[in-house]
Amino acid sequence: MKKFGIKEVVAAGIGTALFVALTQVQIPVGFIPNTALQPRAALLAFLAAIFGPVVGGIVGLLGHALGDALFYGSVWWSWVFPDALFGILVGLFATKFAIKEGGFDAKKVVLFNVVQIVANALAWILLAPVLDILIYAEPSNKVFTQGVTAFIANIIIVAILGSLIGIAYSQIGAKSSSLSKED
Amino acid sequence: MAGRVLTYEEKNTWIHRLSGVTKLVFFLLWSITSMLSYDTRVLIVMFVLSLVILRASQTKWKQVGGVFQFILIFLIINILAIFLFSPDQGTTIYGTRTVLCHIAGPYDLTLEQLFYEANIILKYLTVVPAVFMFIVTTNPSELAASLNKIGVSYDICYSIAIALRYIPDVQDDYHKIRNAQEARGIEMSKKASLTERIKSTSAILFPLIFSSMDRIDVVSNAMQLRGFGKTKKRTWYSAKKPERNDYLVLGFIILFSAIALIITFHDGNRFYNPFQ
Amino acid sequence: MLDPIIEFQDFSFKYRAQQEPTLKQISLTIRQGEKVLIVGPSGSGKSTLAHCINGLIPFAFPGEITGTYRICGQDPQKLGIFGLNKLVGTVLQDTDGQFIGLTVAEDIAFALENDCVPQEEMIAGVREVAGQVAVEKLLHHAPGELSGGQKQRVSMAGVMVDDVEIFLFDEPLANLDPATGKRAIDLIDQIQKKRNATVVIIEHRLEDALYRDVDRIILFGEGEILADMTPDELLSTDLLLTNGIREPLYLAAIRHAGASVAPQDHPQHVEQMNLAPYIEPVKEWFCHVTLPPKKEAGEEQLRIEDLSYAYDHDINVLQHINFALHRGEMVSLVGKNGAGKSTLARLICGFMMPDHGRILFHEEDMAKLSVKERGDRVGYVMQNPNQMISKAMIYDEVALGLTVRGVPEEEIKERVYETLKICGLYPFRNWPISALSYGQKKRVTIASILVLKPEIMILDEATAGQDYHHYTEIMEFLRRINRELGITILLITHDMHLMLEYTDRAIVIADGEMLTDSTPADVLTREEIAGKAYLKKTSLYDLALACGIEEPAEFVNRFIYYEREHREN
Repeated sequence: MKKFGIKEVVAAGIGTALFVALTQVQIPVGFIPNTALQPRAALLAFLAAIFGPVVGGIVGLLGHALGDALFYGSVWWSWVFPDALFGILVGLFATKFAIKEGGFDAKKVVLFNVVQIVANALAWILLAPVLDILIYAEPSNKVFTQGVTAFIANIIIVAILGSLIGIAYSQIGAKSSSLSKED
Repeated sequence: MAGRVLTYEEKNTWIHRLSGVTKLVFFLLWSITSMLSYDTRVLIVMFVLSLVILRASQTKWKQVGGVFQFILIFLIINILAIFLFSPDQGTTIYGTRTVLCHIAGPYDLTLEQLFYEANIILKYLTVVPAVFMFIVTTNPSELAASLNKIGVSYDICYSIAIALRYIPDVQDDYHKIRNAQEARGIEMSKKASLTERIKSTSAILFPLIFSSMDRIDVVSNAMQLRGFGKTKKRTWYSAKKPERNDYLVLGFIILFSAIALIITFHDGNRFYNPFQ
Repeated sequence: MLDPIIEFQDFSFKYRAQQEPTLKQISLTIRQGEKVLIVGPSGSGKSTLAHCINGLIPFAFPGEITGTYRICGQDPQKLGIFGLNKLVGTVLQDTDGQFIGLTVAEDIAFALENDCVPQEEMIAGVREVAGQVAVEKLLHHAPGELSGGQKQRVSMAGVMVDDVEIFLFDEPLANLDPATGKRAIDLIDQIQKKRNATVVIIEHRLEDALYRDVDRIILFGEGEILADMTPDELLSTDLLLTNGIREPLYLAAIRHAGASVAPQDHPQHVEQMNLAPYIEPVKEWFCHVTLPPKKEAGEEQLRIEDLSYAYDHDINVLQHINFALHRGEMVSLVGKNGAGKSTLARLICGFMMPDHGRILFHEEDMAKLSVKERGDRVGYVMQNPNQMISKAMIYDEVALGLTVRGVPEEEIKERVYETLKICGLYPFRNWPISALSYGQKKRVTIASILVLKPEIMILDEATAGQDYHHYTEIMEFLRRINRELGITILLITHDMHLMLEYTDRAIVIADGEMLTDSTPADVLTREEIAGKAYLKKTSLYDLALACGIEEPAEFVNRFIYYEREHREN
């Protein structure tokens, strides 16, 4: 596990700011009304994968709660905690991904995606609907449909955008020694 | 854009003068109570009280109006969705079924469903003024300080302070990057396919995230150069000592939540049932 | 002799990830109360030296140290970064990164907070230093409400509050307009005198940094100290010239006139320099240089008509702006930070809509056009290339604009290769962008706009923070595009050298109003305009007057023309 040093303090802060700023950036799916892919989910996965579970948890919890409060004037706790859980779960594997060290190869991309799918399932198919029922006593078929939709939307966006950000960032960190000019 | 986001505004009311932690605790307990309770009587009292609070904090419509409109739209979609998914949720909860009229197929409009959904609306509306109050009256600087005072580690408090410090900068960067990419022809058009849309989003997101990663390095170096993390404790320039009003408000909210929850749960059920 | 406060003996440093040491066998002594200017091109090791002094090396950037060094007589390795903080106060180049607090007061108090200073003491301490740097009226302002110069003064206050012995300034002028930069140098001077502190300034804008006296200049090159002399001595050599540092313009002019500068004439400031021996050669040279006939202006491409814009329909940012751009021109848009230059660019690109007035492109009102459609006509390049680049590979980045326009694959390849050739990036076409230098990245972003074949390009602070070498590289490249492809270029800048050397016309904006639309030489020799726009009149003007030349603007024009000719040959 990664320690919580100055860099992590700042990463949690600026990561939260990024997450909040992306609150309203959504990619409408089109064929299902009122559902949108949330690029901020990919951001959360990326930050957790680099900085670990504490940063992941803070960005998920604080970012979601603040984003809700600032833009929407209410906080949907039943959706805040799943994001925090997701950040923590992905962050637990941070040292395994070795993104910063430039070692985010095919094998690790697969691992990253296995982790994100399991984490998303626990967060959105399990935690979110249960909280919705406990807090709002909403009908279970509605909240599970919502949970599954969110699950699918999130695994798609994290699989595509999250992996791509990870790979690109890993390349920045990697040493490029074998380059030669061509005519 | 700017008019749609809630922001702190300096005013001199007794609510503004309360410590950030007092307001945070109030807001959290208030939210928890409103989340747990389905007791209509409790919710009505809370709703009226929250309007009083909003008034006392001198919050103006133009500070919150834009956001409020959004909440209303969201609320309407949500209660319609609940009806579509489960038109008899009210009957399941309250045990009776009083049909007002038939709509179509399996959908009847029942009094129980109307009452249940009215309770949901109430639950939302009791929380919204509390959020408004919290955001527009809490000085962000003081909040981090007072969180540290009640035992949250200063590392985490400072993460919060940094988040609040950099939200405007990051938003500004986002808009600058999006504009420049739009001028290159990268549009978030509704007509494009899903992959195209993801691609254009990444054209904005990648530069934003990577330049933010650089910023994390700069800021953490700057903080280290000025002694952050040197000792186990730190003091805060904008700390505020709790005053009489803080204790009064804390006492009130703890008492209120306890009573509200007792009233809600005394019969072993969180719902207030007028049908039996 | 005073006590040495910073001492390096046969000191070398190698970053962990690098093969070669960045600092090689440095020996350097700086004494208590001295004011030292460190100059050198990018990558010469001057920033690395600064990091060794403030402790970022080795505590944040690990690596290998050989040799010995001492700060205030103590071993930095033993002091640790927090021990060094108490002795060395650093003001970083990136004022946004250094501004950590939510308000001015909190930011100034940051170091005190970390030292657990009681609140009452902090409030008093903050008030005192805030007064010394004239930000006492801004204590409750958020960073977003401050100008670059104000943020920098807050950063200074943030280190002054800690009573440090050594002040370290890392490129303090990089993000400031000339007049604000002058104030900053003046303020540094006052702080040093008042506190009798040791000051180390790292800066490559030599002429601006020398606005106030320094005791010594240390010239870095490739990790070694090439010169350690008084300013008068160093300015009399050709070491600056041969090592990629721009010498003060008045000295360049004297050299062009065939005279060589002598230390005893005190060349550090043009106002105090003994110019007597140089008047005749300069005058003669002035008469000797003849300007070519003026270029005919091309057809009109873009016209701004009575443009006004206000935030929230409330605060006027721009008022009644009128000007036109013609084919093949290279024009600068200048004025102090926050004068409305960037707003004007955003209005032209369609990122914002004006409250009043029109923007015409070949007589067509652009109000109807989308941002993308405007982008086909007027290209926009951001200041920071890292904020524009979204692809890992150079080819993909340059191709992006064409790909999203649905241009066929074959044509994309052809146009991208052609553009890469023009930009000198063709040999790197299969490289990842992360392997490029800052200047090369900048060229990639320019290429990615150029490939769309706009008629006009707007560049925001194209060379901010670059050393003379990279500045010249970027600007010569833009000049070539301008000449060879006939692309009209509008440069938003606060760099007076850039405006003088590379543009034919300058549009000057101050406080939202257009002050003038004239030649750069004219702008920089007219005191009332320079003052209002926070520009700085050029030292060539002072030289011309001191030499009794009656048309200083003409003198400046000839100087620029002469320099261009010589650079090209």
